[in-house]
Amino acid sequence: MEEHLVDWSRAQFALTAIYHWLFVPLTLGLGFIVAFMETIYVKTGDEFWKKTTKFWMGLFAINFAIGVATGLIMEFEFGTNWANYSWFVGDIFGAPLAIEGILAFFMESTFFAVMFFGWEKVSKGFHLLSTWLVAIGSNLSALWILVANGWMQYPTGMKFNPDTVRNEMDNFWDVILSPVAVTKFLHTISSGYIIASLFVVGISAWFLLKRREIILAKRSMVIGAIFGLVTSFFVILTGDESAHQVALKQPVKLAAMEGLYEGKEKAGIVGVGVLNPKKTLTNDEDPYLFEIEAPYALSLLGYHDINAFVPGLKDLVYGNEKYEIESVDSKIQKGKVAIEALKNYKRAKEENNLLKQDEHLKVLEENIKYFGYGHIKNPEDVVPPVALTFYSFHIMVALGTWFLILFALVLFYALKREIIEYRKLLIVSVASIPLGYIASEAGWIVAEVGRQPWAIQDLMPVGIAATDIASSNVQITFFMFAFLFTALLIAEIKIMLKQIKSGSEGGH
Amino acid sequence: MFENLTLLQLQQYWWIIISLLGGLFGFIMFVQGGQTLIGRLSKGDEVLKTMLINSLGRKWELGFTTLVLFGGALFAAFPLFYSTSFGGAYWVWIAILFCFIIQAVSYEYRKKANNFLGQKVYEGFLFINGSLGVILLGVAIATFFSGSNFSIDEHNFSHWQTPFRGLEALGSLFNLSLGFALFFLVRISGALYFINNINNKTIRQRAVKGIKIDMPIFLVFFLAFLFQLFTKSGFVYDSTGIVYMQEYKYLINFIEMPIVFAMFVIGVLMVVIAVFMTIHFEKTCCIKTGGVGIVLTVMALFLNVGFNNTSYYPSLFDLQSSLTIQNSSGSHYTLTTMSYVSLLVPFVLAYIIYVWYQMDKVKITKEEMEDPHSHNY
Repeated sequence: MEEHLVDWSRAQFALTAIYHWLFVPLTLGLGFIVAFMETIYVKTGDEFWKKTTKFWMGLFAINFAIGVATGLIMEFEFGTNWANYSWFVGDIFGAPLAIEGILAFFMESTFFAVMFFGWEKVSKGFHLLSTWLVAIGSNLSALWILVANGWMQYPTGMKFNPDTVRNEMDNFWDVILSPVAVTKFLHTISSGYIIASLFVVGISAWFLLKRREIILAKRSMVIGAIFGLVTSFFVILTGDESAHQVALKQPVKLAAMEGLYEGKEKAGIVGVGVLNPKKTLTNDEDPYLFEIEAPYALSLLGYHDINAFVPGLKDLVYGNEKYEIESVDSKIQKGKVAIEALKNYKRAKEENNLLKQDEHLKVLEENIKYFGYGHIKNPEDVVPPVALTFYSFHIMVALGTWFLILFALVLFYALKREIIEYRKLLIVSVASIPLGYIASEAGWIVAEVGRQPWAIQDLMPVGIAATDIASSNVQITFFMFAFLFTALLIAEIKIMLKQIKSGSEGGH
Repeated sequence: MFENLTLLQLQQYWWIIISLLGGLFGFIMFVQGGQTLIGRLSKGDEVLKTMLINSLGRKWELGFTTLVLFGGALFAAFPLFYSTSFGGAYWVWIAILFCFIIQAVSYEYRKKANNFLGQKVYEGFLFINGSLGVILLGVAIATFFSGSNFSIDEHNFSHWQTPFRGLEALGSLFNLSLGFALFFLVRISGALYFINNINNKTIRQRAVKGIKIDMPIFLVFFLAFLFQLFTKSGFVYDSTGIVYMQEYKYLINFIEMPIVFAMFVIGVLMVVIAVFMTIHFEKTCCIKTGGVGIVLTVMALFLNVGFNNTSYYPSLFDLQSSLTIQNSSGSHYTLTTMSYVSLLVPFVLAYIIYVWYQMDKVKITKEEMEDPHSHNY
């Protein structure tokens, strides 16, 4: 394969994923917020709530379309750009995608039509049910794709088949109930709820600053702040479990998240820090130019034990006998043994030599968990970009903490004081809308960049996963999609702003 | 239940589902066909155009969803096809995807204030999706019969053997004839849908007039495709998986699978009857007859190419790399698991039909379009 092909393929997938994730999280949360509002309308019969529901629903629709479009591209990019990957894991990965289509996507798109066009065509109850089903459908979509992603982080429930040269599912429940998948789903959707809450609170704050739509804004703000506060607590809980799973299943990622080169017991978390750009695996430079550390916190977060040893990048790459950590070099050797055994097995099969087939199969099975390492050239190649992972992680955590404080303040002032008088808080609320997206994208960067160079953890590096194609093709499509997605994003933002400015009377 | 089926039976079951999804997608593409008729049926009248776009806009997600499900089902059930075709015929699929992204936003953004690109651009997007997108899809499906240039190595990784990455399929008359036949077919179904869904005399008259033009053109391309299909050699595999060529294979398949052939004939007849009844008896409900006809016809074509020891994705470069439902499928366990999930398909279809019925009980009218409080495109 060409030298830059993998980089361009990565760039294209990252581009699509980043754009996709600008639109999807708002849909996940706003769907529920709109459903709450419509429920109040149906319960009380108050036309004000119908108007409020329709206002937020209009913004939901503008956002929904690009989310669907970029989602379609992502599904097919597995095939177009990662063809080898598609074969190697299609038996497992394809199933959640297909289930997503049957169980979730149809529900979302079918009831979407009722939600927007059915106000005067179906009964109030059926309309409300449709709104809830759209919200549930979009979250179910997220469930299945996050199950698939969780499997890539922690492959489980499968067996390698040497005859087909791929992994095949042997336990569906292990795949969908894997602790990584469950945690990833809960953490990710709740981050989407926070984005939606920030969106509702921020836009309501803007109306209050402008002294417009005051009742709509105040009531929406309370709903947004309650939803945001509850989900902020939930995000912290699931984030804690997520970090625990990373520590157990992807220790290299955890070390990169913390810029931890030397492992230690009673390890602290760097609350605020600046990495030393000169630091490498092989020199003795201090990893940080500056840091403030919370003692014991990393051991506690990662292993739920303040005394636990947290391995650093050096331990994980070069091995650590005391803590029985195997070096990458050793894993590479075992991976090569596995690859060789597979070749020998196939040769013996062609020769119809059953005895040799069994012999090679045994060697293959003993080393199969290192299969991906057989394609790694240097042990240092298993270390992901440390700075990007570190800063993304810390930005995500810092912003997550800020959102909790913001929702608590907004709720307090909205319920106990005349919030319209607190202009600074309103301005901060408006300014916090983009911060939600930054935090959520940063979370994805931690998850995806932090597991490089693996397409599937320990089994398949990205260099093997890519489609065998000239990189110029991927470069062209990268720029095509970059141009198109950017144009659509500009369109969405401009339409959204206009729609918001028009207020609840501005048409739908 | 499904555990007791053999791997081959599960593969056949899944090919039937893929064929059904292909048929449903063929039907739901009336949305695409309708998009190419907007200019012809509205003739610049903004109110008529809005009615047409709103009529289609309430169904566009179903097409998208069917496409996603079609892709997901192929990925899970026949992953070697997924990796070979999408990774190999790169440019054809990318072009198709491009045509679909621009459709997704067009309905919602077209008339919104401050929409950045302008109303005409979004209407242009709808036309591109309905024309280029459909023709390319037809060409891509035609390669199921005509073959592509790829090879599969010992790790089952695929390698495309032409630098055009799928665009070479556009140089085949056979492929193009299916592409254009599909294009005119979806225009006919689009017109039938409008006649059924919109309560407007002008649109109805223009739609009927349009069908009278599109139907003969469709028949020319479709018959050209069928003639080439029935006279060409096909890709057969024996019990050891060896692929070889057989004369008149696809015609033989129909003869050896009479039920599939009957589906095909009935499907084509239903489309013809739907058109005939609409033109001569001014019926407004023929999208149902025509729709079922399209599902049956497309499904029969998929069954023809996948069953009876036929390679459904043949390789012109290396015959033995050709994909069959047996050598490209998921494992027994995965197909079994997915089969249980597939039991939900009738339930999903039922609620789609129910919602469709509820929403279309009242036809689209000018008054609805002019209501400032309704969510219109």
